[in-house]
Amino acid sequence: MNTAISVDSSCQPPLISRRVLNHLQALEAESIFIFREAVAEFSNPVMLYSIGKDSSVLMRLAQKAFYPGKIPFPLLHIDTSYKFPEMIAFRDAFARDIGAKLIVHQNRKALDEGANPFALGTQNCCGLLKTRALLDALESGGFNAAFGGARRDEEKSRAKERIYSFRDPAGQWDPKNQRPELWNLYNSRLRKGESIRVFPLSNWTELDIWLYIYAEQIPLVPLYLAQEREAVVRGQSIILKYDETPLLPGESIQRIQCRMRSLGCMPCTGAIRSDADTVPKIIQELIAFRRSERENRVIDHDEEGSMEVKKREGYF
Amino acid sequence: MATTTGSGTSATFQNFLDEHLEREMLRFTTAGSVDDGKSTLIGRLLHDTKTVYEDQLASIRQSKVNRAAGPIDFSLLTDGLRAEREQGITIDVAYRYFSTSRRKFIIADTPGHEQYTRNMATGASTADLAIVLVDAGKGLLAQSRRHASIAALLGIPHVVVAINKMDTVDYDPSTYRKISADFHVLANQLGLRSVQIIPISALKGDNIVTRSARTLWYDGPTLLEHLETVPLDRLSHGEDGDQAHLRFPVQMVLRPDASFRGFAGQVARGVLRTGDEVLALPSGIRTRVASIVTYDGKLTEAFAPMPVTIQLEDEIDLSRGDMLVSPETPPHLSRTFGGKVIWLHEEPLQKGRIYIAKHTTRTVRVQATAIRSRVDMHTLAELPAAQLEMNDIGSVDFSSNLPLLFDRYAVNRALGSMILIDAVTNATVGAVMLERDLGSESRNRAVHNYPLVLTPASSRWSALVMAELRDRHIPYISLDDPHITGPGIPSAVRVAQQAGLVAVCSRDALTPNIEYEIQQFLGRDRWIEVDESPTAAEKLAEALEKILYAGEGEER
Repeated sequence: MNTAISVDSSCQPPLISRRVLNHLQALEAESIFIFREAVAEFSNPVMLYSIGKDSSVLMRLAQKAFYPGKIPFPLLHIDTSYKFPEMIAFRDAFARDIGAKLIVHQNRKALDEGANPFALGTQNCCGLLKTRALLDALESGGFNAAFGGARRDEEKSRAKERIYSFRDPAGQWDPKNQRPELWNLYNSRLRKGESIRVFPLSNWTELDIWLYIYAEQIPLVPLYLAQEREAVVRGQSIILKYDETPLLPGESIQRIQCRMRSLGCMPCTGAIRSDADTVPKIIQELIAFRRSERENRVIDHDEEGSMEVKKREGYF
Repeated sequence: MATTTGSGTSATFQNFLDEHLEREMLRFTTAGSVDDGKSTLIGRLLHDTKTVYEDQLASIRQSKVNRAAGPIDFSLLTDGLRAEREQGITIDVAYRYFSTSRRKFIIADTPGHEQYTRNMATGASTADLAIVLVDAGKGLLAQSRRHASIAALLGIPHVVVAINKMDTVDYDPSTYRKISADFHVLANQLGLRSVQIIPISALKGDNIVTRSARTLWYDGPTLLEHLETVPLDRLSHGEDGDQAHLRFPVQMVLRPDASFRGFAGQVARGVLRTGDEVLALPSGIRTRVASIVTYDGKLTEAFAPMPVTIQLEDEIDLSRGDMLVSPETPPHLSRTFGGKVIWLHEEPLQKGRIYIAKHTTRTVRVQATAIRSRVDMHTLAELPAAQLEMNDIGSVDFSSNLPLLFDRYAVNRALGSMILIDAVTNATVGAVMLERDLGSESRNRAVHNYPLVLTPASSRWSALVMAELRDRHIPYISLDDPHITGPGIPSAVRVAQQAGLVAVCSRDALTPNIEYEIQQFLGRDRWIEVDESPTAAEKLAEALEKILYAGEGEER
C-alpha cells in the first residue's frame, strides 16, 4: 500500500537543462541577497569581523555582493587583547589586501583594571571584554545595522534567531518578542537608538562553511590546520602555549599535533587533537566527527542555557 | 601567512567532496500539536542521520527535564529556549539542519497550537515541503486540518502526512487506511497536488530512516527516502516552465566608479540572458541586457534565484524598487489589489488604517479598503468579518500610494508576497498573499497600452469623456490645458504613457506634425477618436475595452 497523490509525471517536459542551484549556490544566493538588502536599507551598517572561518566566508560573500565595488561598510573587530597573535597578523594583512576600513575596539577601561578570565571567570570576562566592548563600539560608531557570522546550527538558542535580529536601544535581544520573518521580506524599520544584527550565514552549517572554503579557496588563519604545537592539557581542553599562558599547578608543556576548530581567546579556546593539515582533510575529519564545534569553548558550558543569557545581554 | 586549500587527499575522498558540493537543498516545515511527537520526530531525524553530536547527547542525558521514559528524550535536542523548556512546548520557529549524501535539509520547526498560526505561516513561507503530523491513536484532528490548510495557503508544493505513534495502535493497517482516506478528502478540498502518507513511529524509529519490519503492509518510501527524492518545485526554483516571465527587482544601483553602473538584484522569476530585450517598470522604457556581471565572471544567463548585477545598453533611470521584466509578459502594475492576509499581531487589522508594506524590494504605504471575509480554519468557510485578529486569515482589499508590480502568489511566491508593518511601532503585523488586481484588470494596459483619446472640439465632449473614464475607474489626464502648448503635446502623451494614464486631448489641438511625432511611440491603433454620434459613449467604451484589456486571460 502506498498512498500517494502526485502530479502525473508524463505531463512534465524532459529536463533538458536543469536550472537548479546546488546547496552551496543556494546558500550563497541567499546570503548575497541579505547583504544587499541591508546595505540598501540601513544608513550606517558595519560588519563584525572576528577573523575566524565564518568571518572569512562572510567577507567573501560581501565581496561578491558588491562586486565590482568594494565592501561598502567598515569592519569592526572587538579585540579582547587575548586573541592569538596569528589572528591579529591575519586580520591586519587581510583588511589591507581587500582595501577595507578596519575598526579595532577594546574595552580599555576594563583591561586597565586588569580584566582577565582567571580573575573574573569566563562569564564576567566575556561580559566586559566582548559584550560591553561591542555595545560601546556600536554606539560610538552610530551603527544601526551590524553584520555577524552567527549560524543557527551552532547552538540551540541560535536556532530561533532571525536573519534580521532586532535589538532595543540597550542592544538587548528579547527571544520572546521577535518580529515574524516571512519569505525574504526583512523588516528594516527602526526607531532612534534601535538596531538590527544581520546574519547572512543563518542557514549555513559548519560543514557548509568548510565546503565553501574549499570550493572558493578562501584564505584562513593557519591555526585551523593541524601541526605540532606547544600546549598544556587542562581538564578536557588542550590550551595552546603562548608566552602569557600561566601554568596551573601540575601542568606541563607538551608538544601535541592539534588544530583549532573555532577561534576565540587564547585562555578559553581549546585545540583538538588532529592530523588534518589541509581543508579537505578537515572536511573528512568533520564528517567523521561526533562532537559539536563549540564544545571547546569554555564559556558555553558554564551553565545550561548560558548562550541564551549572553545573547539577551547583547552578545553576538 | 594565509593558508590555502591543500592537496594530498585520496581520489575517493575527492569524489565524495565533489558529490557533496553538488547536493541540492530542500527546505521543509513541520507542524504538529504539543503531543504529536513533533520534537521527537525531528530529534529522531537528526539522530538517525548522525547530525547529533556526542556532547549534545551527553548534555541531554544529564538534563533535569528529561521527559521520556526511555534513555534519550529526543525532543530535548530541539526545544531551545529556556521559557520553552520550562513550559515544555515549542513557542517559536526554530531552524534545524541535517544532510545526507543526496541533499541538505533545512527544517523550520514550528509550534502546532492554534495561537501559533503565525509561526506556522512563517515556517511555511520558505518551505518546499510540509510534514503534517497526525497521532495514529487520535486520527485527523482540527489541528491537522489547519496545518494542511496553511500549507495549501502558503503554496507549499509537497505535503507529507506522517501518521505517528503507529506503535500505540500495534501498527494496524486499517488505522493507516482510515486516516489516509480522511486526508485525501481534505487534500482534494484544498487542492493539494502532491501528498505522501507515511506510517511512522518517531519514538521507535519506524519508517523514519530505515524501513520498518512492523509495517510490511506499507510499500511506500520511508520519510527520509521521500525527502531525498521528492522533485524540487519548478516554479520556486525558476526552471524552464517559468522562463518567459522574467522578474528582476532592483535591490541597489552599484556605481563604484564613473565607468561602471550596474543594477544589483536577485532574479525573482524566470531567466535573464545577455542581449535580451527587457522592459523597465514602472517607467515603461525598453532596453537590452548588455552584460550580466558577477564576482566569478560574466554570465550569458542567470535564472531564479541567482544574485547578479546587470548592465543595460541604454542609460535609463532605474533604482531600488523598480523592476526589469519580460516585455511580452509583464506583471500586474496596480495601486489597488487584494489577497489573503495572515494577521500576526495582537492589535487587529483595521479597515482604513495605513500600513507600511514591503513587496519585493519596494516599500509603499497601503490602506485596507475592505475586509471581504475571514476564513474559518476548521471548516474553511469564508465568514463576514469587521476586522482580523491575531492568527486570523482573511481576504482583504488594499490601495497603495505607489503602484505594486506583482504576480499572483499562486503563480510565483516572490512576486506575490508582501508583509505589512505598523507605521508607528514598526512591528511586522501582517503577511499577504496577493490574489487579485483590482485596478487595472489588464497587465498590458499598465505598460504601453494607454490610449490617446481625441475628443470633438467642444468642452462638453471633453467633460463627457472624462466622466466616462471616471466611472470606469480608469486614470486619465486632460491635455486641454493652457500650460501645454502644441509642440508640448507629444511629450505630454509620452509622460502620460509612462505614468499609466489615458491622455485626453481635443482633436483640433493636433497638427499633422504633432500627429507624426506621437505616432513615433504610440501606434494609431491606440488612438480613440470620439465622434459626435449618439452612440459615441458606447463606441468609446468598446474601444477602451479593446485596448486596455488586450492580452487578458493569457496568464496561467
